[in-house]
Amino acid sequence: MGQLVALNTLIDTRQVWQGRAAPLPGSNESTGWPALDVALPTGGWPEHAMTEILLPVDGVGELQLVLPTLARMTQAARQVMVISPPYLPCVAGWEARGVVMSHVDIVQAAARDVLWAAEQCLRSGSCAAVLAWPQQADDRALRRLQVAADTGKALAFVFRDVRHAVQASPASLRLELESQPAPRVRIRKCRGGNPPAQAVPLAAGWS
Amino acid sequence: MLWACVLLPQLALDGVLRRRPPSEEPLVLVSGPAQQRIVHAASRSARAAGLYRGQSLAAAQAMLHRFAMVDYDASDEAGWHRLLAAWAYRYSGEVGLLTHAVVLEVSRSLGLFGPWPRFESLLREDLAGLGFRHRIALAPTPQAAYVLAGAHDGMAVTTPPTLRSALAPVAVAHARLPDGAAHALSSMGIRTLGQLLAMPRAGLQRRFGADLVLQLDRLVGEQPSSMESFRPSDAFELRMEWAHEIEHVEALMFPLRRLTGDLSAYLAGRDGGVQRFEVVLEHRNMPATRVPVGMLAAARDAALLFDCARGRLERVALPQPVVAMQLLAPDLPPFVPAGRDLFDARLANAMPLDQLRERLRSRLGEHAVQRLHRTVDPRPERAQTSSPHVAKAPWPETRLRPAWLLESPLPLRGPPPEILAGPERIETGWWDGGDMRRDYYVVRTAQGQCAWAYCPPGKQGAWMLHGWFA
Repeated sequence: MGQLVALNTLIDTRQVWQGRAAPLPGSNESTGWPALDVALPTGGWPEHAMTEILLPVDGVGELQLVLPTLARMTQAARQVMVISPPYLPCVAGWEARGVVMSHVDIVQAAARDVLWAAEQCLRSGSCAAVLAWPQQADDRALRRLQVAADTGKALAFVFRDVRHAVQASPASLRLELESQPAPRVRIRKCRGGNPPAQAVPLAAGWS
Repeated sequence: MLWACVLLPQLALDGVLRRRPPSEEPLVLVSGPAQQRIVHAASRSARAAGLYRGQSLAAAQAMLHRFAMVDYDASDEAGWHRLLAAWAYRYSGEVGLLTHAVVLEVSRSLGLFGPWPRFESLLREDLAGLGFRHRIALAPTPQAAYVLAGAHDGMAVTTPPTLRSALAPVAVAHARLPDGAAHALSSMGIRTLGQLLAMPRAGLQRRFGADLVLQLDRLVGEQPSSMESFRPSDAFELRMEWAHEIEHVEALMFPLRRLTGDLSAYLAGRDGGVQRFEVVLEHRNMPATRVPVGMLAAARDAALLFDCARGRLERVALPQPVVAMQLLAPDLPPFVPAGRDLFDARLANAMPLDQLRERLRSRLGEHAVQRLHRTVDPRPERAQTSSPHVAKAPWPETRLRPAWLLESPLPLRGPPPEILAGPERIETGWWDGGDMRRDYYVVRTAQGQCAWAYCPPGKQGAWMLHGWFA
């Protein structure tokens, strides 16, 4: 035995491949949906990153998905920006889900300014989450949002039509909402793990 | 009492230099009647070429082939002088104006900004940022500080006994004595202040009159100095003029940054803020273009003011080249700095939220950033508003409401929807003509969306879509 090497130093310096991926650091940003948290590899929203939510039509539970997160943030007096939403957020409906509306700013932007506004908000570092509904967004624009979210340490939620699902996306997490036969969310892509095959059921929006 | 004196040796020249982008081009200020133009002040590069103050313009043109020339304007210089006094007011409640200098009483400010070396570097940093060359000295009397600033930049004398020895080597010619006295004294062989202070006062008074003696007494602090204390005015007004015309908005950004920076320094001095100001762009033969700038709350941060003004200015189409720019702030409300939590979880270099909002508004429009709140009105169309003037509903809403609301209801297309809940009758609004009678239902569309829709009371058809339970 010429030289003894402690095993744990080898493991700590990652010189030994152990056949399984190192566990990802858990996320501090729970989605508020226990079943979804379990299905996600980080146990919550990917932190400081962009989440893309694909919708077949408006009003199939996209807000149900994020409102618990927004409620948690605004109750902690953290700012949320809603950029160019397709409809007016109904204050009573949002408050019923626990959102404090005084920490929610609604930004009305023309179609070509949506991405600019989202990037400014994300980059500023003073927003906890930014929700955006861009009309047209290419790969480069989304990548910019991803970088801005990382710079500003914020969560970015981008809502797009499901027909964009075939395009590649730089988002850390891609979710697809299904309304038939019951509201469900399917994980299309998630960083740090394989997307689970099973869809996660969501509660209906009105109950 | 301790007085700091900020001597501004090139006030008029700096006032001209700071409105143009930095360059090495020689520049002189000229004054005097048209036949006898003389050099009033020369920039560094012009002096390096041999130009000096008091030289005739013809001689200067013979020495240097090309240089920029600007007419000296005494009122312009006085304006800069007042601006700097307003800036100094930030550091002391007692500010006085002397020729080419601002003096401020600092003994009570040292507790906050001191000790003196730190205070001094604060002053120098501010002045360098504003673009004024300066010399600073500290002494127990304002006159002595004024004299010492001229003699030694950075000199600090804090006690009266050391003051005399500090003043002793200063030449009489540089001691800011009444006119004529300095020349007469040096021809008598009295060349330094030390010699002058050692002379019997009675004799001096007989020969030179009471003025000189009074001045000496003020210098060493045996007589209080009578100085009018400066009070900043209640409105801000600053104008910049160029010899050339500016055709593009981009070229206005540099002077705009200066103007908003000056406004910010002025506001800091007054401990005030500004919510509304106006940028006036003057043209040669047209009414001026006025660009109003409004903010959500009173502010005074230089970067924020510049950002707001720039956003508004960039959208302006100039009808003609601009020859002068003016910044008017007639109304200066009190400024309440936003409180920040010591344990704030946000990033250290985060842009403040107000600044972010102003930046969004300046590009997207005045009403682009809104916050919604509920009103007491039961009608869904008027149950929420972004207007801050409408009172908030004090009680929580208990009825079922959707997450998305359509601005105006639309007919619900497609096959008859499946009814999930309802009806909720809303029959109200008789008091202002907005009378409505509706039965609201939660319905599921063929595509699986949950909708908030209404129909005329008692019927279940002719559905109007008013919201989504998204």
